[in-house]
Amino acid sequence: MSVKRVIGIENEYGISQPANPTANPMALSTLVVDSYANYVYPHKKIRWDYDLEDPLRDARGFDLSRPEADPSLLTDEMTVSNVILTNGARFYVDHAHPEYATPEVNSPREALVWDRAGELIITKAAELASQSTQEIYIHKNNTDNKGVSYGTHENYLVSRETPFNKIISVLTTFFVTRQIFTGAGRLGIGVNEIDFEYQISQRADFFETLVGLETTMRRPIINTRDEPHADPNLYRRLHVIIGDANMSDVSNLLKIGTTSLVLKLLEDSDFDDFELELDAPLEALKMVSQDLELKKKLKLKNGKYLTAIEIQDIFLEKVQHHLEKIDEIDPDTQETLNWWQKILDLLREDIFLTVNYLDWVAKLNLIQNLKFRDNLKWSDSVLQMLDLQYADLNPNRSLARLLERKGSLKRLVGEAEITAAVKFPPNSTRAWFRGQSLLRFSNQIAGASWDSVIFDLSADRPLIRIPTLDPLKGNQEQLGDIFESVKSAADLVMRLSHS
Amino acid sequence: MAEREQITSTGQSHDEDSHLETNVTQSDTNRADELLDEIDAVLEKNAAEFVKGFVQKGGQ
Repeated sequence: MSVKRVIGIENEYGISQPANPTANPMALSTLVVDSYANYVYPHKKIRWDYDLEDPLRDARGFDLSRPEADPSLLTDEMTVSNVILTNGARFYVDHAHPEYATPEVNSPREALVWDRAGELIITKAAELASQSTQEIYIHKNNTDNKGVSYGTHENYLVSRETPFNKIISVLTTFFVTRQIFTGAGRLGIGVNEIDFEYQISQRADFFETLVGLETTMRRPIINTRDEPHADPNLYRRLHVIIGDANMSDVSNLLKIGTTSLVLKLLEDSDFDDFELELDAPLEALKMVSQDLELKKKLKLKNGKYLTAIEIQDIFLEKVQHHLEKIDEIDPDTQETLNWWQKILDLLREDIFLTVNYLDWVAKLNLIQNLKFRDNLKWSDSVLQMLDLQYADLNPNRSLARLLERKGSLKRLVGEAEITAAVKFPPNSTRAWFRGQSLLRFSNQIAGASWDSVIFDLSADRPLIRIPTLDPLKGNQEQLGDIFESVKSAADLVMRLSHS
Repeated sequence: MAEREQITSTGQSHDEDSHLETNVTQSDTNRADELLDEIDAVLEKNAAEFVKGFVQKGGQ
């Protein structure tokens, strides 16, 4: 058992132009993405290949018909700016936001590195775009506090054999309670009518149903979108839409690592008598998010009452018990386990002991100190500004990054590693093939997607699509020698078709 | 049933404004002040206008 699995993170960033508040966000997002595309590929447009995308496939086993679907679900019909980067990521305009989807990675730590590489990419993109207009600001958060939310999605490749109803019941409880370490913190409670009080999660107030396909309305705790971008007989892709955008490495690593471990538990064991089903998950979601002391007890279906910490303790125990059967635990798994245990222990004692680790506590601490020093009301716009600017991605303005530089927010990955990930793909998945192909032969690539790279070798030859249906095939170990020996794209295609 | 009651660790007032601030220890005060000074230097000066103008369109 390991924390390792194929994972990807998507961030829809907040975008604004403070000098021009009425600027069209779609136009701004397009300018940002196009500016970066022209910077990376000055001579060529590489299109996203939509042929294999199926956003209406539902994990419960049926397809939504196109006329029934809300237009926002038809992600494969968009013609907006959309580029594949040499690090294997996708950078595009989704609705009215610029979005970065990391390449497929194979561990929480890799997810963290390529997620932070995305921050450097969007920051550079905004800087380039701002050269032709007023300065464009990018925020890695999930709400404008005026009724609107935008997402940070996690994607996990999960065995198709694991029954989806089991995933629903176990993960609902897990998602409601993991907020205590994944929350990004929000000064505001409510959707349209805002009370200026602090809560743990940016996203909690925007969820209205338990299970469903939608992502922009009636948001469900468990999203059922099921495009595995892999062999659908072997895998489903669990699309998690309930997470917050994390600035803190520890929050981000724990969000991905603990979820991956619970999924592994689900894949390996029965869970027939899951004793932690919540009586009212949607109410519990908001209750946990607003309980800053983490003392409130949630009612379970079996009549018992447990706190979010107690429930997380039980999940951790289950994982540890499962690991006892295994001789050697890999370092990635150990890292997640260590942080999981440490953070739960600290939170149990005093939430402020996690001030150097967790987003919501770090931000709360700043807000409280400023409020106390200047004798401000909770509703003061300076405190709301602090909430916003915590997640500003400009390194000179970002308060989270300021805390990191001061040693007040723990870093788990180094700057050099992140900078390299702006250009290079992870070596552990098919993203390596996609990224290396683009690094070496972008002038002879017509398009690419998660599950293919399309070569355009010469004007008199048809396009050649190299399918990459297995996310773990096409990594550096498998293809490194071939890439070292080939001199041209034609050479590469020939070697691949004969290997 | 005792289990059902909301438990507060300190048993002090439930007033939102006071119960969390007391958890910040005195020994942290100097460091916190220093940090606040640095935040003052970078925090957007026109907070009211910035916050008001930060309006996003719906997303996923």
